[in-house]
Amino acid sequence: MDLYFRRRLTNYASVVLSSAAMAFGLFWLFWILFVLFKNGFAGLAISLFTQTTPAPGSTGGLANAILGSLQMTIMGTLIGTPVGIMAGIYLAEFGDDNWLASSTRFINDILLSAPSIVVGLFVYEIYVVHIGHFSGWAGALALAILVVPVVLRTTENMLRLVPHTMREAAYALGAPQWKTVLWVTLRAAKAGVVTGIILAVARIVGETAPLLFTALNNQFYSNMNQPMANLPVVIFQFAMSPYEDWHTLAWAGSLLIGFFVLGLNVLARVLVHTKQQS
Amino acid sequence: MISHEQRLQRQAMQDRAFRWATLFFALLVLLVLVGIILSLLIGSLSSIKAFGFNFLVSEDWNPVTEVFGGLNSVKGTILTSLIAMLIGVPVSFGIAIFLTELSPVWLRRPLGVAIELLAGVPSIIYGMWGLFVFAPWFADNVQPWLMRATENIPAIGWLFQGPPMGIGLFTAGLILAVMVIPYISAVMRDVFEVVPAMLKESAYGLGGTTWEVVWNVVLPYTKNGVVGGIMLGLGRALGETMAVTFVIGNSHTAVTTLFDPATSISATLANEFTEAVGELHTSALIELGLLLFLITFVVLALSKLLLMQLRRNEGAHS
Amino acid sequence: MTSEIQPKIAVRNLNFFYGGYRALKDINLDILGGKVTAFIGPSGCGKSTLLRTFNRMYNLYPKQRAEGEILLNNQNILNDGVDLNMLRAKVGMVFQKPTPFPMSIYDNIAFGVNLYEKLSRAEMDDRIEWALQKAALWNEAKDKLKQSGLGLSGGQQQRLCIARAIAVKPEVLLLDEPTSALDPISTAHIEELVHELKKDYTIAIVTHNMQQAARVSDYTAYMYLGEMVEVGETDAIFTAPKMRATEDYITGKFG
Repeated sequence: MDLYFRRRLTNYASVVLSSAAMAFGLFWLFWILFVLFKNGFAGLAISLFTQTTPAPGSTGGLANAILGSLQMTIMGTLIGTPVGIMAGIYLAEFGDDNWLASSTRFINDILLSAPSIVVGLFVYEIYVVHIGHFSGWAGALALAILVVPVVLRTTENMLRLVPHTMREAAYALGAPQWKTVLWVTLRAAKAGVVTGIILAVARIVGETAPLLFTALNNQFYSNMNQPMANLPVVIFQFAMSPYEDWHTLAWAGSLLIGFFVLGLNVLARVLVHTKQQS
Repeated sequence: MISHEQRLQRQAMQDRAFRWATLFFALLVLLVLVGIILSLLIGSLSSIKAFGFNFLVSEDWNPVTEVFGGLNSVKGTILTSLIAMLIGVPVSFGIAIFLTELSPVWLRRPLGVAIELLAGVPSIIYGMWGLFVFAPWFADNVQPWLMRATENIPAIGWLFQGPPMGIGLFTAGLILAVMVIPYISAVMRDVFEVVPAMLKESAYGLGGTTWEVVWNVVLPYTKNGVVGGIMLGLGRALGETMAVTFVIGNSHTAVTTLFDPATSISATLANEFTEAVGELHTSALIELGLLLFLITFVVLALSKLLLMQLRRNEGAHS
Repeated sequence: MTSEIQPKIAVRNLNFFYGGYRALKDINLDILGGKVTAFIGPSGCGKSTLLRTFNRMYNLYPKQRAEGEILLNNQNILNDGVDLNMLRAKVGMVFQKPTPFPMSIYDNIAFGVNLYEKLSRAEMDDRIEWALQKAALWNEAKDKLKQSGLGLSGGQQQRLCIARAIAVKPEVLLLDEPTSALDPISTAHIEELVHELKKDYTIAIVTHNMQQAARVSDYTAYMYLGEMVEVGETDAIFTAPKMRATEDYITGKFG
């Protein structure tokens, strides 16, 4: 009976501890969300979207930062997505038993987990140093490098899920390979690939580290060839400052990013869900 | 009207072009990695020349006298990640068990989604929350208590001493833990879910308790995925910048206790890079970046090897 | 088979290998134009493998190779110089499971046609109606041409695949167990269709269902363990097989 009692006790302890772990995880989630909403809503105002970032002591908004974030996120996605998709096609369609493909796969896994701040350093070294100043394009390039591995991984996985008979059916009609891949296989994998792109956007939209050394910041509206304001870096600089009204703006900016990322996650979920149903 | 001959030639050419194009982009991915290593290496040349091996073992970091040693930053990166793993791995394991074995079915999905949401929160939000909310609360309510409680415990008491400021090594590690928990637990839950029901049922059928089934059946069956998930989390923790920069304290003095303010590679970079004046300072920072990249590279490569090893062993058994 | 008629496809000493495994052994066979030839035999006997050599589908897989000759219209399609896309446009194929592409019904059929022909919108409309009529799907599909092909029932999907295959006007149609995933009514539809189609096409059909072979084919080939055991007119094979093995299989003693 003693052994049985000990087993029961171990089990009881494990049940209690894992329930506690669950509570622990939820505790932080709710705490962080609560703080984000409370402080973020306090700073939410129309002026956020109409005025540029202020000097200390004056009033202002985040309009230039929002615009800059949108521009760089869009350009980064536009640059990174085709690279990821094409490389993913190579791995899925031509990459069986071939050292080049397996090393690309390995390297991609490394890039997927590479510290984003290092990507910022890289773009600084190869681009910013050569043109002599920070710029929106450099920021977009850094974000693109973060998009590639995510899109590559999902593209390969999704293409591999497409049943082989689908490819055979296209070849059986006499279709050349490139048409088969682009018109049939990739199309069959579309929902999955799009989900991957959305998740990649959700990842880069909140990234701060790679923009610190590339786009930096700008107090005004700017074009892509100049240093460019963006939400994450503005939030970072404002939060680290001693000024109360900058803190308020930083919280409001965080809430905006939070909403955006949340929206993208929901969208991705809905896509996966509808795909499973059809 | 073009002849069949021409059409076929064109098709063959297009196919070749397509293949080459996809190959080109795959090579581009390789090139990015090579580029990262090379550019960081070139950027850190003057620092390497000036300090050599000393950079790795010296704790001095003085932009004024232009003497740079990276040990404090490296230590900070490794220690915060270690703290994050010590807290994060067991908690993630518990969450995964709860989600797959204990939770009522109707709760599983919402709880799982909630944990995944935590993974989607941008790290800068963790940082702000840590600096403005968590650190003050921690300093007022937890640290003094922890210090008193551990004061007289011989082996570990010294760990929990130091200035009760809320920010420092431990806080950074704790926030990293909160950040990596969703990654690790999501992977663990996913692999736990693919354990065949029959396998678990036969263990339960022998009279096993939940814990025994998880520990003796589920965990061995899924160890590949579990290791992969932990490594994913470790990679995240090592490279995380924002959540750490806000709360680690940015101090280049050597740490002696867990509550000391410290710095990590990414925090040093984020704070100093754009303001570095001397060429040597910039170069030293880039060398830190190179070290960070190498550390994550080694961790990831090791985990890949470990996974391959595990898989091979499995093959040998069956 | 009578030798004065020129065979559409002539197989000569064909051997087939999956890596080191020899899946077809010295196959010799004539397939006559405008007829239906059925391939029967227990699973793993090589009947699908043989079918997949006629359009060289096996070329997608690096470890598979064929030796010998397959003459289509007197030209050896196993030659290195043969353009596979062109070959496959001439030799259409329908698979075990329906394989509609993830696009509309209209586009499913237009996809293959566009590969080799430039048609005006009106001509394309006509071609699609023609193909769907031929595949006996027109009445069910004419109001939803713009809807996804994935929305059709299994039997309809398979007829869509047949329509897609015949829309490019191939000379030969390969059917690889086309009804194995379908219900009896859909199967009956497809069998009727095979009857209709043989007026215009040479058809080779693999089936595991002997009644089906008896119903739809003019000639039947019985294969076993990669060898061609017996080929002949379907009536003769089913009523008076020459080989004992064929008889055993047909009468259900094994397989």
